[in-house]
Amino acid sequence: MSGTFVGMPAFPEAAHEAVANQTLRGNLRHATHTIRAKRAAAVAEMSDWAELREAGKQIKDHTLRHLDRYLVQLEESVTAAGGVVHWAADADEANRIVIDLVRMTGESEVVKVKSMATQEIGLNEALEAEGISAFETDLAELIVQLGKDRPSHILVPAIHRNRGEIRDIFAREMSEWGRPAPEGLTDTPAELAEAARLHLREKFLRAKVGVSGANFMVAETGTLVVVESEGNGRMCLTLPETLISVVGIEKIVPTWQDLEVFLQTLPRSSTAERMNPYTTTWTGTTDGDGPQAFHLVLIDNGRTDTLADEVGRQALRCIRCSACLNVCPVYERAGGHAYGSVYPGPIGAILSPQLRGTESEIDASLPYASSLCGACYEVCPVAIDIPEVLVHLRERVVEGGPVTQEGNKVVLKPAKGHAAERAAMRAARWAFSHPGALRTGQRLASRTRRFHPRTLPGPGKAWSATRDLPAMPAEPFRDWWQRTNGGKDTSK
Amino acid sequence: MNSRELILDRVRRALADVPREDTPYEGAVDRDYAREHGNRSVEETVELLAENLADYRALVHRCTGAELPALLAGLLSAHGSASVVVPPGLPSGWLEGTDIARVEDSAKSTPYDLDGVSSVVTACAVAVAETGTIVLDGGPDQGRRRITLVPDHHICVVRVPDQVVSSVPQALELLDPARPLTWISGPSATSDIELDRVEGVHGPRTLEVVLVSGDDRA
Amino acid sequence: MRVALFLTCVNDTLYPDTGRAVVKLLTRLGVEVDFPMAQTCCGQAHYNTGYRHEAEPLARHFSDVFGGYDAIVTPSGSCGAMVRELYPRMGERARAEGRGDSLAATLAPVVPKTYELTEFLVDVLGVTDVGACYPHTVTYHPTCHGLRGLGLADRPLRLLRAVKGLELRELPGADECCGFGGTFALKNSDVSAAMGTDKVRNAESTGAEVLCAADNSCLMHIGGTMTRLSTGMRPVHIAEILASTEEEPLA
Repeated sequence: MSGTFVGMPAFPEAAHEAVANQTLRGNLRHATHTIRAKRAAAVAEMSDWAELREAGKQIKDHTLRHLDRYLVQLEESVTAAGGVVHWAADADEANRIVIDLVRMTGESEVVKVKSMATQEIGLNEALEAEGISAFETDLAELIVQLGKDRPSHILVPAIHRNRGEIRDIFAREMSEWGRPAPEGLTDTPAELAEAARLHLREKFLRAKVGVSGANFMVAETGTLVVVESEGNGRMCLTLPETLISVVGIEKIVPTWQDLEVFLQTLPRSSTAERMNPYTTTWTGTTDGDGPQAFHLVLIDNGRTDTLADEVGRQALRCIRCSACLNVCPVYERAGGHAYGSVYPGPIGAILSPQLRGTESEIDASLPYASSLCGACYEVCPVAIDIPEVLVHLRERVVEGGPVTQEGNKVVLKPAKGHAAERAAMRAARWAFSHPGALRTGQRLASRTRRFHPRTLPGPGKAWSATRDLPAMPAEPFRDWWQRTNGGKDTSK
Repeated sequence: MNSRELILDRVRRALADVPREDTPYEGAVDRDYAREHGNRSVEETVELLAENLADYRALVHRCTGAELPALLAGLLSAHGSASVVVPPGLPSGWLEGTDIARVEDSAKSTPYDLDGVSSVVTACAVAVAETGTIVLDGGPDQGRRRITLVPDHHICVVRVPDQVVSSVPQALELLDPARPLTWISGPSATSDIELDRVEGVHGPRTLEVVLVSGDDRA
Repeated sequence: MRVALFLTCVNDTLYPDTGRAVVKLLTRLGVEVDFPMAQTCCGQAHYNTGYRHEAEPLARHFSDVFGGYDAIVTPSGSCGAMVRELYPRMGERARAEGRGDSLAATLAPVVPKTYELTEFLVDVLGVTDVGACYPHTVTYHPTCHGLRGLGLADRPLRLLRAVKGLELRELPGADECCGFGGTFALKNSDVSAAMGTDKVRNAESTGAEVLCAADNSCLMHIGGTMTRLSTGMRPVHIAEILASTEEEPLA
């Protein structure tokens, strides 16, 4: 993944600031609670949701288990339909391929459809370094780009901004990039959307090169699918002469029929709509309609390493709907930036440390950025057991063990900074394996209870700074049980 | 090793745990989900389409084939359209009730040309009742994708009940993946401001859907 | 039927009243309950913090202690979920690590026999009216591992609705996590505390005197937040409410 987030502090430090930011908390609370209720209603309309969810999981699992075969099939069908397929092992290679393709057109600007893959590889920054301007055209991406900000949500990268903040960014920044915001712009969403329409119109009309990702790629037909709302996707996919799609290798489904599952589950899970306003599907090039040159850049960038982990590979089922972010109580309070990745929220907490490895401070802290409440798993339309993978990655952090890095099997050492915890866990395990020792400890705690402080020093402060400690009982249950013969002897 | 070989090699090594006799595709997916939701008569399915289109702010009109030219003329006039793009295979009678300027759907016309056109009238390939979706497949009566994108006003004619299916699975069965497809559910919209939906961004801000029954070849 | 109480290490050490309430309740319902003295901890904290290998001997110990009973009842949704959901997974992982079927085979017998208290009452004993009396206003917080892990659904609410004198108030945002999350409460204390505060504010908005749940770990966090915020509400384990009667009200 890109270097954009190198040097991020660990999640708890980043979250510390976010939790105290009342505007951010209010914005996130409002947005996530709005969509939560709507998603629940959209899903409730479908009597067969559980079956669709299971089928989606099975399709993705099957594809991942035979990914080599489906990649080759996809390449053949895209090529047969007039497209050109490129392969990129990492972000640098993908960026280089796109830069070269843009150069060959002789153009110095591109219009972009919102794409997680291109954010992941830092394509905009790479293009800019080569003198190529990349214009984001999704409304939320535009807000982020104009505000020189970072995305904080998969579906709505500017979710941390409220309408007033968006108005200010538009009024201040649009003139730097092209058509200025209309005079007297207010903060009503319809006016803000209109301002974006006017600002981007000239860019769409003159665009010669479009850059996109894809939600799905169909191996049997070579068809790519982009699911969107605003029409900016259609603009980028159909008006330019050249289209470059940068897509992760895990986005494949085997057959055209498989789309019948995801085109039902994705819109309801992400924007809580029966169907999103626009979906475009294209297969190679079509004479006289749309781009006459089509390039597909398939990227690995950590995906095959993730695939090598039998527990962690389920993260590659993700269809980027962001339902898990919207229901996550941790995301709601910490905000997306705290996750230090273009993939925030629960899915980010299992995806980033797998794509990037667990070596950095932020990546080693992400598996702990969850109370394991399970709300994410419950709403996931492809049934990714996010808590299971979080715990699995915690194990990788504290115990180390075998992992795959850039295709090579290596054995990780336990992460630093967990030595005291490891010792405590071992000591607890020893005590719990020796009921006599446990009992001695319990009695000691009960007998000294009058001397227990209400707040704790050292690591215990993390508890007692905001919560009182429970009072220690006079005796542990087991002593009562023994003393009273299981409660039968009530005189004691 | 080039990157293609490198990635395929990594994939194969990553999947060392997958047995050779792993369940083939045909047996790997339980398609226990519904082909359509609910039991409806043909009329009720058309009614559901109309409801769901309207729910996402498409303007829905209904008429017979004989009434269609007058209805289309009225819609264009009510919108104040000065010009209309016409796909090459649009039935010739549909626009006989109006004399506003027609623009041909041509490979030569630029996005700027289309930006100067008020409206577009097309047919569709199929419509999906459960989701309120119309699908265009670039057929002669629908034209190139961009003609339904750049003009701000799209009128789409759906032949009911022939072109209406209940569900997404049924629609996919009828569609040809080799053709470029555009699935449209209401006018362009966004949920990007506070995750609440507002209509009207880059695509046509007005979507009118005419459900025409009976003989439309006026 | 030989029924064992798996009280959990937290309840044994910090919340003996909950244990006494379970014994009283089950005895009243005609169930003779045993408390195997060798019991300690299910290993959940180890497992969920990433120390799966440290949790394994604890799981084996659990199986040794409880394997001979017909039913194992625990007043904790999360410890119940540990046994039911995660013990099988521990067995699978050991197998995947090339360590054979021994762990899976050792743990298998206790998995289907372990019941969270309200499950045991409703599903095994088939009662929802346990003859309790508790004349207070109560709001109920469904804890995450009980709600989503074990699928307790409305069992606790059905039990509470049948309690004489109890007025149940609906908790806004009930299914949102309270922010405890085991070591999460320490490792991400800011977020945990913010979640706890929101939970307590929601509870306060009901006007209830008592917040009830089926897990004392969550109640420790919620209760500790309540006293720090001086709300005047108190946390009570559901077992203590169900054990309370007109003759012997909850102390």
